[in-house]
Amino acid sequence: MTGDLIFILLALLTLVPAVWVVMSRNLVHAGFGLLFTLFGAAGLYAYMGADFIAVAQLMVYIGGVLVLVLFTVMMTHVPRSHGNHGYDRYVPASVFALLTFGVLYKTITSVNWSASTSPAEPTIARIGAQIMTDFIFPFEYVSLVLLAAMIGAALLTREERPAGPANAAKDTEVAP
Amino acid sequence: MNVGLPHFLTVGAILFALGLFAVMSRRNAIGILMGVELMLNASNINFVAFSRYVEHAVDGQIMAAFVIVLAAAEAAVALAIVLAMYRNFGTANADVVQSLKR
Repeated sequence: MTGDLIFILLALLTLVPAVWVVMSRNLVHAGFGLLFTLFGAAGLYAYMGADFIAVAQLMVYIGGVLVLVLFTVMMTHVPRSHGNHGYDRYVPASVFALLTFGVLYKTITSVNWSASTSPAEPTIARIGAQIMTDFIFPFEYVSLVLLAAMIGAALLTREERPAGPANAAKDTEVAP
Repeated sequence: MNVGLPHFLTVGAILFALGLFAVMSRRNAIGILMGVELMLNASNINFVAFSRYVEHAVDGQIMAAFVIVLAAAEAAVALAIVLAMYRNFGTANADVVQSLKR
């Protein structure tokens, strides 16, 4: 009974701010809605006994991605006159989203899931062993992807400065 | 009510539909990115739920960890592109901008 109540609270904590993320006109408000949604999702992972994923969600999503998103929102201030609310798209977007949800929900309810309810146990040791044995190649590829993303992000955001010997010479002149 | 697999899958489906709605209705590129994050979280909830309830294995959780890593890489590159867009065009509106250079 208490478990059900906790699940309902976590699901509400995930879904109600998600509506805010989607509908809010102010992107900073949407970013803070995303904070609560990600927090609720971390709670759901913890509820399912996925301790490692819950902590990774807290550190990577809330500590990294969300801070990055909020920084970018605040650095790219869009004046009101541009109008970043697309009401004319609400109809096709809501139709398509509802259709997708209908198909998914139909599938969820029609399949007879043979769910096992064995008690949850700590998974970090097993995840570590699996990553180092069965998933070693995906693990290495992912580290390469992270390196490529880091280099790409640094290249894209660097200051534009015409390169050339003339510029370099000027730089050394100015330096002292 | 006995909380089981279908409940988590339903939460994931609602989250995915909301993310899809954001991707289709938002004009600001950062808003679109937030929708993508919602959809990735929905997929993660499904991965972890299947790993918990269907089979007594941690494969689903490892997939969820990979999804989190790829989402972080995607966010870094996408936000760098948004910043480059904003520097060159003065806007983050995905309708206006069609290239990265003038």
